[in-house]
Amino acid sequence: MSILESLPQTLALFGPFTDAFDFVVSGREAQTGGVQVGGPGQVLDLATTQLEVTLLALTVAIVLALPLGLALGHFGRGEFLAVSIGNGGRAIPELALIALMAAAIGVGMVNLVVALAILGIPPILTNAYVGIRQVDRSVVEAARGMGMGNLATILRVELPLAVPLVMGGIRTSAINIVATATIAPLAGILTLGDFIIARNVYGDTGVLAGAVLVALMALTIEATLAAVQWGLTPRALKSGRAT
Amino acid sequence: MPAMKKWLLALAGVFALTFGLAACSGDSSESGSGDGTAEAELIQNNDANGDVKLTIGSKNFTEQIVLGEIYAQALEAAGYEVKTDLNLGSETVALQSLEADEISGYPEYISTALTSFFGKDPEAVPGDPEEGASQVNAEASKKGLVALAPTPFSSANAVGLLSERAEELGVEKISDLEGVSEELALYGSPECRQRIDCLLGLQENYGLDFKSFTPVDIGLRYEVLDKGQADVSILFTTDANLGASDKYTTLEDDLGVLPSGNVVFMTKETTIEEAGPDYPATIELVQGGLTEEVMQELSARVDLDKEKPADVASAYLQDAGYTE
Repeated sequence: MSILESLPQTLALFGPFTDAFDFVVSGREAQTGGVQVGGPGQVLDLATTQLEVTLLALTVAIVLALPLGLALGHFGRGEFLAVSIGNGGRAIPELALIALMAAAIGVGMVNLVVALAILGIPPILTNAYVGIRQVDRSVVEAARGMGMGNLATILRVELPLAVPLVMGGIRTSAINIVATATIAPLAGILTLGDFIIARNVYGDTGVLAGAVLVALMALTIEATLAAVQWGLTPRALKSGRAT
Repeated sequence: MPAMKKWLLALAGVFALTFGLAACSGDSSESGSGDGTAEAELIQNNDANGDVKLTIGSKNFTEQIVLGEIYAQALEAAGYEVKTDLNLGSETVALQSLEADEISGYPEYISTALTSFFGKDPEAVPGDPEEGASQVNAEASKKGLVALAPTPFSSANAVGLLSERAEELGVEKISDLEGVSEELALYGSPECRQRIDCLLGLQENYGLDFKSFTPVDIGLRYEVLDKGQADVSILFTTDANLGASDKYTTLEDDLGVLPSGNVVFMTKETTIEEAGPDYPATIELVQGGLTEEVMQELSARVDLDKEKPADVASAYLQDAGYTE
């Protein structure tokens, strides 16, 4: 088959994406009739909520997991704890968690953020622990020799040297959270996941548009955090890595 | 192995016949004790069906799985060799499986078939199940598909609230909510918001204006009422919780906005030709006892009492007198 012959088929592959693009920029009539759905207004609205939910959950996860991971790593204790939480935490089904908490605290923002934060904790905890452990012991000894206490050693010596791993954990966590925030419409908060969950309303076009938008958001967050990591990494470490 | 299986089937057939005759001659009055279908007819095992293999499908939620089991076990009693695939996802998946001959047939809601498969507007779905079924058939026949007769029960969206709350507000019909809906928080599935048989219909046809609408997983539709978060929640008429107690009340749909959700068994014309008349006849026979109350009870036994759908289905068939 010549390239020219296969062109229509190749273009047809892009068809759904063109439709999804239309869905985002101009909207369409709901599959179920009666109303106009999609379009920049709704997309922006849902995307903003998705970002808010993500940042909130990520902040909670960082606040809880980072200090714990740093401390465990510094004192060289609780490897079992860090690894168990790290592995076990990834196995928890989010939707089950939301349903479980719904009985106690109802559905809504608190339920959702707690569930997503629990999802975000494992990578941050594990990476912080490992990041601190892998810092050259002689450097830590030198810090001690200069009279630094535990806190100063962690903050001024170990943490800067562990930035690549610590940030790696935070990046993984952020991606997990932003992708999983698509289930939020099942817990009372409308995010971009609405396009994916309510397929009967938005059609396959909406599902694809939702998926693409979430992927774009994940990539944007990833790029932003990569830049943050670059900024936080000590210069010596950077040049060392570059060569 | 196959020879052994045939032999066993033949034996089962003899058993069924013997006991069947006994039941017919003897205690037919007793069979009415279960679900009020006293005149139910016992399914006769037909040896001619032994060579026909059928695969009964269903979507993956309680009501559908129980229905699938009922049909499958009934067809088995009629002598067919039956397999089940009761975990099909959405209606799109189910239809694809049917068209690809991966399943012989599955139960589908009339309104879903008309709106999702045949592009009808939800407003155009007829309230009368017979009329709905014939509309499904008119479209389905173009694809070589057939919809059998509709079930007695209708599984539709219902506007529900705690009974004590309903009393307090003095509401019995959906139109009673006019004037008070501004104070009430409504919860429903995410897609409810834009559906004419859900929030959109309540707004446009009843003129209701709820204080808020919050989307939730349909699995949480009772939890939000229990928790006091929702004043009003979108329920289903055949829900287990409705049959189990008086805790919840559903409001009468006095303007007929929420279309009837009677079920039709979808299959192929060619499959009926191959399987013979016992196939559609058995299905239409055993669904005869499935009223909303019965369906609620069957769902309750699965959802609340944690019984297996297969056990619940076989108990239904026995109690109603279709099998021994």
